Amino acid sequence: MTQSPTLSRRSTSPSAPAPRKSKRSGADARAGYTFLLPWLLGFIALTVGPMISSLYLSFTNYNLFDPPKWIGLDNYTTMFQDERFLQSVGVTVGYVVFGTPLKLAAALAVAMLLNSARKGQGFYRSAFYAPSLIGASVSIAIVWKAMFGDSGPVDQGLSFFGINLGGWVGNPSMTMSMFILLTVWQFGAPMVIFLAGLKQIPADLYEAASMDGAGPVRRSVNITWPMLSPVIFFNLLMETIHAFQIFASAYIISNGEGGPAGSTLFYTLYLYLRGFSDFRMGYASAMAWLLVIVVGIITLIFFKTSKSWVHYSGDSK
Amino acid sequence: MTTMATPKQSAPMLQAQDYNPKSESVTAKRVKSLVFHMVALGLTAVVLYPALWMVASAFKPNAEIGGANTSLWSNNFSFDNFVTAMDGIGGVSTLQFFTNSLVLAVGAVVGTILSASVSAYAFARIKFPGRSVLFGMMIATLLLPFHVVIIPQYIVFQQLGLVDTYVPLLIGKFLAADAFFVFLMVQFMRNLPAELDEAARIDGAGHVRIFCSIMLPLMKPALISTSIFSFIWSWNDFLGPLLYLNTPEKYPLPLALRLFVDQTQSSDYGAMIAMSVLALLPVLVFFLVFQRYIVEGVSTQGLKG
Repeated sequence: MTQSPTLSRRSTSPSAPAPRKSKRSGADARAGYTFLLPWLLGFIALTVGPMISSLYLSFTNYNLFDPPKWIGLDNYTTMFQDERFLQSVGVTVGYVVFGTPLKLAAALAVAMLLNSARKGQGFYRSAFYAPSLIGASVSIAIVWKAMFGDSGPVDQGLSFFGINLGGWVGNPSMTMSMFILLTVWQFGAPMVIFLAGLKQIPADLYEAASMDGAGPVRRSVNITWPMLSPVIFFNLLMETIHAFQIFASAYIISNGEGGPAGSTLFYTLYLYLRGFSDFRMGYASAMAWLLVIVVGIITLIFFKTSKSWVHYSGDSK
Repeated sequence: MTTMATPKQSAPMLQAQDYNPKSESVTAKRVKSLVFHMVALGLTAVVLYPALWMVASAFKPNAEIGGANTSLWSNNFSFDNFVTAMDGIGGVSTLQFFTNSLVLAVGAVVGTILSASVSAYAFARIKFPGRSVLFGMMIATLLLPFHVVIIPQYIVFQQLGLVDTYVPLLIGKFLAADAFFVFLMVQFMRNLPAELDEAARIDGAGHVRIFCSIMLPLMKPALISTSIFSFIWSWNDFLGPLLYLNTPEKYPLPLALRLFVDQTQSSDYGAMIAMSVLALLPVLVFFLVFQRYIVEGVSTQGLKG
């Protein structure tokens, strides 16, 4: 997560004869770029180039058939009068703000539970991880829709306990909870990372703290939390960024429309609809760039604030 | 975590089975472990319920799924749904969709392995000007929402007449566009001792030799993780095929599923769910076979960053 500038452990020793070194470094430069060629080509042709052109397109009106027409900042200003756009922002922000912390809390809680046991840990770890592997697939979206449908098993199961919510899929006030449950269900991937982090904490830290009379709460606050904070930071950053990009499940569950009443109109779904069904490619590009800017700002804020709560242990690697 | 208190409390009950001098703590541990397994098993049941419900429903007649059925058991188990699902949709058999998914996934694995390993070698083992800047950019693409590139990419592929072919879906794999895998391999290679290639260089080996005969064999674990994940990601990919493929004959399974949902409009729930199961089957098999690898891969890639 934090790319350290120390890219290689090999340091050129100062005693090496100068001419040989420069000859070798010239050959290395050539070899380096040759080996890097696939990535470099892809980076330029599939990332940098398209980014620049979508930035240009975001200032135009473009429908794929007529040449783009420059309209300045119009796409960006009309966005904020576009009710569907504002709704998609609301839906997505709600999902990120509630779904991600809940998912991570579940992941951390289960990781701590599993970390306390020896036997069977591998089995549970695998079982809990499985949903992360399939959760974003179309198949699971179909299953989710069936399970949370009117009088589906979830509804039925809840009414057994006297809770009658009606269907979730067709009810605009329940759809968000359904999506949040879908993401929380996939707590396994961050859990596995948390578990690996917990294992890295030296046991003698806890022993020493117990010896000094620290109870479980104090041990968590003073040992687990700081020692785990780099992992928490990593998970929080990655999960937040991923949450913004939910697409397949939203598309399938809402039949590609974002309904009912726009309650599942996630940002990327609206972007897709604008670009590839209304063919308003300029507008969609502006939406894409806005997403990049927002994700960039969030990443920046995360890194800036991390200094105050993320603890990196002594070795400056 | 209350091991300090428990031995005293449980000591009297233990005298009967004192085959072990430390038996008091053994029983305390047993109780703790029992509670742990009860909680963990309960959680497992909740977590796996959707998957089990899916599989169970695929074997049930329609009337039992659509209606209120929370149970995983049915007295009318049958393969009818699978028979219907295998017929496919839109005049294309499900076997064809399977083949398409497989072609795309194998293409993705081959492309990713080739391009990512070569690029990772450059980042991890060769010193050249501009390396750290480029490496930083590669890391940045890990965080970049890729929606920012899909529109221009689509326009270019459309102008090249490549829409409705597999080229737009595979070209990125051969150009190491999944930065995640490059990163994973760089991390792995950095942990291999530098003396290996130093020694080879003294013997006069060039980078091609070092890469092929030293690095690649040692990188096997990273190559396996990469293969597994790029296969599964390609298998589950929905947005890419949705953007680029128009003819059902070329659809991979996720798109075929969407077509199925659209055309049957939930009238044949059972077949729809059976097809969902079929679509996930390879992923589930992969998971059962490689679960250690997969879970281990996740736990190390997160921390080595």
